[in-house]
Amino acid sequence: MEKVMTPIWIATLVTSFICFVLKLLGYSLPESILNKPIVQRINSLIPIALLSALVAVQTFGIDKSVQIDHRLAGVVVAGIALRFKASFPVMMLLAAITSAVINNL
Amino acid sequence: MLRDSLAVAIPVGTYGAAFGAASIAAGFSILQTCLLSLLLFSGASQFAVVGVMGAGGSAISAIATGSLLGFRNGLYGLKMAPILKLRGIKKVIAAQLTIDESTGVAIGQEPRGEEASRYGFWATGIGVYVFWNLFTLFGAIGAQAIGNPSAWGLDAAVPAAFLGLVWPRLIDNKSRLVAITAALLALALTPIAPAGVPIITTVVIAVIFGWKKS
Repeated sequence: MEKVMTPIWIATLVTSFICFVLKLLGYSLPESILNKPIVQRINSLIPIALLSALVAVQTFGIDKSVQIDHRLAGVVVAGIALRFKASFPVMMLLAAITSAVINNL
Repeated sequence: MLRDSLAVAIPVGTYGAAFGAASIAAGFSILQTCLLSLLLFSGASQFAVVGVMGAGGSAISAIATGSLLGFRNGLYGLKMAPILKLRGIKKVIAAQLTIDESTGVAIGQEPRGEEASRYGFWATGIGVYVFWNLFTLFGAIGAQAIGNPSAWGLDAAVPAAFLGLVWPRLIDNKSRLVAITAALLALALTPIAPAGVPIITTVVIAVIFGWKKS
């Protein structure tokens, strides 16, 4: 492995390792340690906060600026598709098509 | 019951194709993309890692965001451990298969007894693992073949994927309020903080809103 560890490699391997350790810890710790209501409540909100932040930043962010472009149209269509209970791949496909069409106009 | 497990495993597995494509669009190689599905094996964390890196974030930001999203799998493990009662290598394998879907089916089968619950966990976990990895490879190869991701709308498909992941969690006013606050905070921080940091910072919102009851 004389090749330099790129940031992408580091992110890939380290996140994989940490996430596996987290999974294994669940099987190795006594249930009482983390099974507190406050931990449960915060834990259920963490994915909501992070995923919502990711939606926002990936929709509007370009480097360090915030802008409205073809991506928003795709995400709005995705939201409508989800509202009508479209499956995950269909929803993503509709978002991609919408965005691509507007981008290529 | 195998039907229940496959009914979950096959559609979830096909999201793997979306992940594979998103990962390539974010600049990951096919090998790195497949390793994420094989080793990390947790959809939201995987999308977060490629999303943060693709947006120009640092490895630390990607690791922090992906790991925080992986935290809940540990809580699932706490729930599954007394049902599965495993040791050694089987425990290690079960841990790797502990995700939203396998835990969800196992808990759904609980009324039918622990045996059914265990069966549901393994069938769903193994099923999702196989299909998720297979479709990750297909998606990655497909995205590699089409070239410029933005021309194909992949730059909108990635935030759409996150929207699809958060959607089923927005079950009450509190969760919707957390979602909107987090989105606004992340956008407000985007011009001033390094890429990736605006996303991790929103954990604070989860802590604040989760601190007190209801």
